[in-house]
Amino acid sequence: MTFELFVFYLFSFILVAAALMVITRRNPVHSALFLVLAFFTSAGIWLLAEAEFLAIVLVLVYVGAVMVLFLFVVMMLDIDVATLRAGFINYLPVALMVAVVMALEIFVIVGPGNFGLDVYPSPPPLPTDYSNTEALGSVLYTVYMYPFEIAAVILLVAIIAAIGLANRTRSDSKYQDPSLQVKVRKGPDRIQVVKMEAED
Amino acid sequence: MQFDMPSLIPVLPEAFIATMACVVLVVDLFLKQEQRIVTYSIAQFSLLMAVLITMATSTGDSQIVFHGSVIRDTMSDVLKVAICIVTAGAFLYAKDYLRDRDLFKGEFYVLSLFAVLGMMIMVSANSFLTVYLGLELLALSLYALVAFDNNSGLGSEAAMKYFVLGALASGMLLYGISMIYGATGSIEFQPVAEALVSTGMNNTVLVFGLVFLVIGLAFKFGAVPFHMWVPDVYQGAPTAVVLFLGSAPKIAAFALAMRLLVDGLGSLHADWQGMLAILAVLSMAVGNVIAIAQTNIKRMLAYSTISHVGFILVGILAGTSKGYTAAMFYSIVYAVMAVGAFGIVVLLSRKGFEAEQLSDYKGLNDRNPWFAAMMLLIMFSMAGVPPTVGFFAKLFVLEAVVSIDMVWLALVGVAFSIIGAYYYLRIVKLMYFDKPEDQEPLTAGMDTRIALSVNGLAMLVLGMFPGGLLSVCAAAFS
Repeated sequence: MTFELFVFYLFSFILVAAALMVITRRNPVHSALFLVLAFFTSAGIWLLAEAEFLAIVLVLVYVGAVMVLFLFVVMMLDIDVATLRAGFINYLPVALMVAVVMALEIFVIVGPGNFGLDVYPSPPPLPTDYSNTEALGSVLYTVYMYPFEIAAVILLVAIIAAIGLANRTRSDSKYQDPSLQVKVRKGPDRIQVVKMEAED
Repeated sequence: MQFDMPSLIPVLPEAFIATMACVVLVVDLFLKQEQRIVTYSIAQFSLLMAVLITMATSTGDSQIVFHGSVIRDTMSDVLKVAICIVTAGAFLYAKDYLRDRDLFKGEFYVLSLFAVLGMMIMVSANSFLTVYLGLELLALSLYALVAFDNNSGLGSEAAMKYFVLGALASGMLLYGISMIYGATGSIEFQPVAEALVSTGMNNTVLVFGLVFLVIGLAFKFGAVPFHMWVPDVYQGAPTAVVLFLGSAPKIAAFALAMRLLVDGLGSLHADWQGMLAILAVLSMAVGNVIAIAQTNIKRMLAYSTISHVGFILVGILAGTSKGYTAAMFYSIVYAVMAVGAFGIVVLLSRKGFEAEQLSDYKGLNDRNPWFAAMMLLIMFSMAGVPPTVGFFAKLFVLEAVVSIDMVWLALVGVAFSIIGAYYYLRIVKLMYFDKPEDQEPLTAGMDTRIALSVNGLAMLVLGMFPGGLLSVCAAAFS
């Protein structure tokens, strides 16, 4: 077994184990942290496949930004794990059956028979001065310009949708309005004398 | 390194809609609530202009631009025009409904325009990547629109279900696409089609990918057994959103199926024909039978959608240009019927009252004979009663499927149409032969009344002269 193969199997094993932990942990924070582990190991596998740029982006964007935000959200929300798991046992037999059948199918199809080295020989190693980032950049803004622009629009829609759904102005919420505060004039606006009966 | 600036003329309609959606987004910020009509007008103007631009830049032959990402052909032109017109109708009907319920906000129009953009991208996509991105743009906008009414618990629940199932479907679709990429080495439709011809049909990876692709498609279409989200979304979403969601996206779904299955995987026809036949039969059966048991008209129309999707699939699975023409005709006609039917639901609703129960339609003839007649035409058309256009839509599809010797499928279609006619005609019975329970006058504005009249009469006129629309559809596949 070459070193590369060893690293691949090591990372793959950790990846699958971490993915299983994500869906079986009781504590959502633990699930999120295992997801971080899953991202890290898949980044490692991508590095093995010589996709350095994507591997770094995966760590930077998903682990660095997305998952941190996600952890914040998980900690802020009061997630009732008991209700989430209420139907778990009931649905387990059906879910297990479907999952096993699908997994078997996938193993049979995506196996060495169809995707083995004799069908897809491993690509020749790239020269050491080959830049992954440059190669990606040169097609991203030329060949894939149209999909790239659509992706930008999708992100814009995501922003609009998130703000539109989350922005609820409540009539009973109390907040300060600085523009009104600075307009206050001397006199009745600022101070009000209330006459009260003296109490014993 | 060189960069060839691609010709932008073929994507001008998309570029225009994208620009106008951003214009609406910005202009809306500076408007007071009582000036919101300006947002609405800009949105309608953009749709109208998009129709004109599509017609003006249409060349009649197919152009592939942006390094194979986009195709501009007759089918895409016709479907884009249809999508814009149906959406304009939905906007028109939705206006009063939104205003009465404090939902008359700019976001509705921004998100809807982006959804239209997503549909246009799908319609003229030439690679799996473009198709997928267009689909996601449409889906994301629709998820947000379903949850548009912040105060509606049903709406949020429906949006959540729609989102989870939609994400699952996208995952299936992507997995299928990755398999097809693995087997053919390309994500553009023409190279995929060429690779398929050279590798032959016996590649199990391809069929495996195709299965996932068809499952993803069926989810998006709302075909049985992947239909569970449809009734909940139709019931939970505000009627103004269902107007849009239930009409134009069906045209886009047809285009999605055509691009993926016919342009990309046309030589696997024998494989996907069987899969679509199962989906079609189940959709027609489940849709028509369960619709009978509904008392909520939005749920009933949801099940009716499922059964109509079955018919569209029957047309596609025929695999001949006659079948494609029939399916395209059917999807456009269905979108017009659906927008009209929900238009009537909106017309009968008013502030604080949703005409969602079937009993709300009792005695509509006594209250307003003209709109009862319009609803009658739309219901007849959905049921497929001659001489309305729905009859011809069904007829063309059945003719196409008989001409490839699948008579049994045509018989199944006819049988379930007859079962389906029951619940359409029940509404007609409620409108004409029952005493009204609700005596409130209809409050709709003149524009809604005129548009609904045009919509209802179109069922009759198109039914008497189906040749025009049919030849437009046929031109796309000649």
